[in-house]
Amino acid sequence: MAETLRKTQLHALHLEHGAKMTAFAGYEMPVQYALGVLKEHLHVRDKAGLFDVSHMGQASLVGPDHETTAAALEGLVPGEIRKLKIGRQRYTVLLNDHGGIIDDLMVARNARDGHLNLVVNAACKDKDYSFIEQHLPENVKLVPHDDRALLALQGPNAATVMEELAPGASAMKFMQCDTMEVASVACGVTRSGYTGEDGYEISVHQDDANTLAATLLGHDDVQLIGLGARDSLRLEAGLCLYGHDITEETSPVEGNIAFAIGKRRRAEGSFPGAVRILQELEDGPSRLRVGIAPEGRAPAREGVEIQDADGNSIGAVTSGGFGPSKGGPVAMGYVDAQFADVGTNINLIVRGKSLRAQIVELPFTPHRYFRG
Amino acid sequence: MTVKYTNDHEYVRSDGDFFVVGISKHAAEQLGDVVFVELPEVGQTFSKGDDMAVVESVKAASDVYAPISGEIVEANSAIVDDPAKVNEDAQGFAWFVKIKASDASELDALMDEATYKSFVDSEA
Repeated sequence: MAETLRKTQLHALHLEHGAKMTAFAGYEMPVQYALGVLKEHLHVRDKAGLFDVSHMGQASLVGPDHETTAAALEGLVPGEIRKLKIGRQRYTVLLNDHGGIIDDLMVARNARDGHLNLVVNAACKDKDYSFIEQHLPENVKLVPHDDRALLALQGPNAATVMEELAPGASAMKFMQCDTMEVASVACGVTRSGYTGEDGYEISVHQDDANTLAATLLGHDDVQLIGLGARDSLRLEAGLCLYGHDITEETSPVEGNIAFAIGKRRRAEGSFPGAVRILQELEDGPSRLRVGIAPEGRAPAREGVEIQDADGNSIGAVTSGGFGPSKGGPVAMGYVDAQFADVGTNINLIVRGKSLRAQIVELPFTPHRYFRG
Repeated sequence: MTVKYTNDHEYVRSDGDFFVVGISKHAAEQLGDVVFVELPEVGQTFSKGDDMAVVESVKAASDVYAPISGEIVEANSAIVDDPAKVNEDAQGFAWFVKIKASDASELDALMDEATYKSFVDSEA
């Protein structure tokens, strides 16, 4: 592990704010600041948090027109891209030929005809880019935007903060995208995030990233938030972490993100792994990602075995920990489909002890997206 | 009264006939917000180095090892009920257990305050 970790444009800012840095997806990233994971988490649910997510992969697909670019991407994902309207963003997944998930990503359509903006996971970007490039027709190109930083402003007060710096931003709805000046800096803005809260993701040229971050942090409600709280926030929100809750082995149906499979796409069956995925949609998958509420206080973390009442192994936890807003342990994992109903009693094998738990509805904390 | 430390950041200090054991202030700072503590039962016996307790922060679970061999004579249920106490005063009221040592000479092998401090600095 002699690799040199990459730094984001905001690296010095993180250190100034007392960040504990950690290696993540090839980058040195802040896991927490002086406030600590617990208080950072609660701050986001209460006010607004600023996350540096510049490690994520930002890229554009560029083709001669929307129809061509969308058709190229639809060859790799099960989402409805052709009918994605200008100014809208969509969550989808890159699929392998077995219907397993290569990565999950955001796709946004801006006003430039033939352009689609992608945001992919940091740990997957090299693999994603080469996979996408291999499968593109000659007239559609993938253009990585390595010169752009990405900031996420998340929390119930995010819209108030944004409106002061970018008049009109508070009128955007969940999963809309636009280009605008934020505090006189040219940005690509989406109303989305990874916390379950209302908020924005702001793409900005790296040269302007520090200016913009400083302006956002100038607001009394805004606090820098590290990857630790980002993980506990998304876990409570029931959102998948790639490589853990969804992988190249799991399909979107098993992963309980079948909403990402477009209606027309299902009818046409024209995406990688369609045979498996359509079969699972028809018959139900053999296993399913579910929410899990442990009864006691002990967190059940990734890898914990799940058993039925008779001690048979029925699955495993894929994400788990303490939910600061829930005030107790929360987890997600895969169970055999017959045990996936809400209310089913299961046992979690934590350090050799069998602990009682139930299958529960996701999310653990209600989503508070702004839908207008 | 002297405090001794292990390489795994447990501390031991004498308290009458028994020894008070917990995790060091430094360890608590490194863990961050403690959200779960599991302690052994009174009467359980451990050999030096055995898994004795568990402490979990939001991010991760850590084992706490018996710094000396002996029998648990008291467990601090206050930190089980309110794990955040460990962040407030790890080496004070947020102690983990009291142990009746089976061989008090084991303490000789542990680090004193100054040695532990340089050990922590060397790990940083």
